[in-house]
Amino acid sequence: MPQTRREMLIDPLVDNNPITLQVLGICSALAVTSSLKVSLVMAIAVTFVTAFSSLFISILRNQIPGSIRIIVQMVIIASLVIIVDQFLKAYAFEISKTLSVFVGLIITNCIVMGRAEAFAMKNPPVASFIDGVGNGLGYGLILLMVGFIRELFGAGSLFGITILETVNNGGWYIANGMLLLPPSAFFVIGLIIWAFRTWKPGQVEEREYKIQTVEAH
Amino acid sequence: MPEDNGHNTEDKKGFVQRFLELSPDSVPKTLFVAVTLCLAASMIVSATAVSLRPLQEVNKLKDKQINILQVAGVYDPDQNVLEAFSAFEPHVLELATGKFTDQFDPKTFDDRAAADDPALSVALTDDPAAIGRKAKFVTVYLLRNEDGSLDKVILPVHGYGLWSTLYGFIALEENANDIFGLQFYAHGETPGLGAEVDNPRWKALWKGKKLADDSGDLLITVAKAAPPAGADYHVDAIAGATLTSVGVDNLVRFWLGEAGYAPFLANIKAGEI
Repeated sequence: MPQTRREMLIDPLVDNNPITLQVLGICSALAVTSSLKVSLVMAIAVTFVTAFSSLFISILRNQIPGSIRIIVQMVIIASLVIIVDQFLKAYAFEISKTLSVFVGLIITNCIVMGRAEAFAMKNPPVASFIDGVGNGLGYGLILLMVGFIRELFGAGSLFGITILETVNNGGWYIANGMLLLPPSAFFVIGLIIWAFRTWKPGQVEEREYKIQTVEAH
Repeated sequence: MPEDNGHNTEDKKGFVQRFLELSPDSVPKTLFVAVTLCLAASMIVSATAVSLRPLQEVNKLKDKQINILQVAGVYDPDQNVLEAFSAFEPHVLELATGKFTDQFDPKTFDDRAAADDPALSVALTDDPAAIGRKAKFVTVYLLRNEDGSLDKVILPVHGYGLWSTLYGFIALEENANDIFGLQFYAHGETPGLGAEVDNPRWKALWKGKKLADDSGDLLITVAKAAPPAGADYHVDAIAGATLTSVGVDNLVRFWLGEAGYAPFLANIKAGEI
């Protein structure tokens, strides 16, 4: 458990990343990372929702009845998501069309619920807010890494600006169409997890099983 | 009687205090938290929705115009949308007669509101597109060549798919029988399956298809296999989206049939537009 506020913010980026270590929020990471711009908007939206839902839930934590606490958390999260969705429709219409249902699905993003239930219900508001921001940023970091790889090699561009001229547009780069499809995000996230665990061996989980050796009879 | 009054206030205070001192898990507290939270959340959500609506309407209108430009094949992302859109002639069409009407200003006529207005719409009994009510008037758009002859006709269509009503435009060539394109600008179909109606490759299938044969029978269909009439009247259904495909088939056949634009198309063929 991180002690200082600085650690609360930095820890979820690499050491306790919600996607690579806790393996939460994978579904939206698969769906929205085919372009960097969309990944960025999604990352900001999730950070906003996680931070403010943690804040409000933490403020109310002593009043929330245990029997309906999940529903109370959902109401707060869902309201925030609707507000985000309305703002996107008003100020970023094109992106909101690309994100379509995935903005609404932030409600079911396990990271938001996870932080509300695991942290905000037991900690004071400011700490919860920072914890929410940190986890949102951790999610966003992975989203941007995946989006970077997928857009660069899948479409030859970054933020819609052509970097590698594709054959379709008269250039030399043969785009890897698979990277634009959701399954490729699985491979990329898997590779990122591998890289993180090689860099920080402490993240490697202990095996739950033991491979037996075959003995000669 | 001061004694009684004192007793009453103490009782009242006692009630409020007793409520505050209740554990959050008690039934009254639980109900109180649930109701208060729902009220607060709904007020915040509706305040946001209402205050942002004007901006969203502007975006939707612009999106609709972009879709009209796209379906007519003249969309250029670098060009100003309003400027490009001014090339189109909007007209309010009376469906039953197939003639334009001057009763409404086409720039402000609201098709969707008209479809809900009992005075401007009819309830449908034969309703393959599952839209419930059909407006008597719709806004159509004409694109003309430089010499004033008709180039393309853009007709709004809508109907139910699997989850949602699909709203879109169909663009016809000047002979009112060849399809130039079909495009939906609003729908809530499943991403990756039904939402493939937005896939450029599927939309490209519509180009060059014909609505009706020489005798005027409406033959266009979205189906898995080509109908006996031949490939000219057939658009391949979307794999994995049978019900959305059926919905698109129904809505296209409904709107281009007798209940929809048939009188108007006949007028175009007769050279009256």
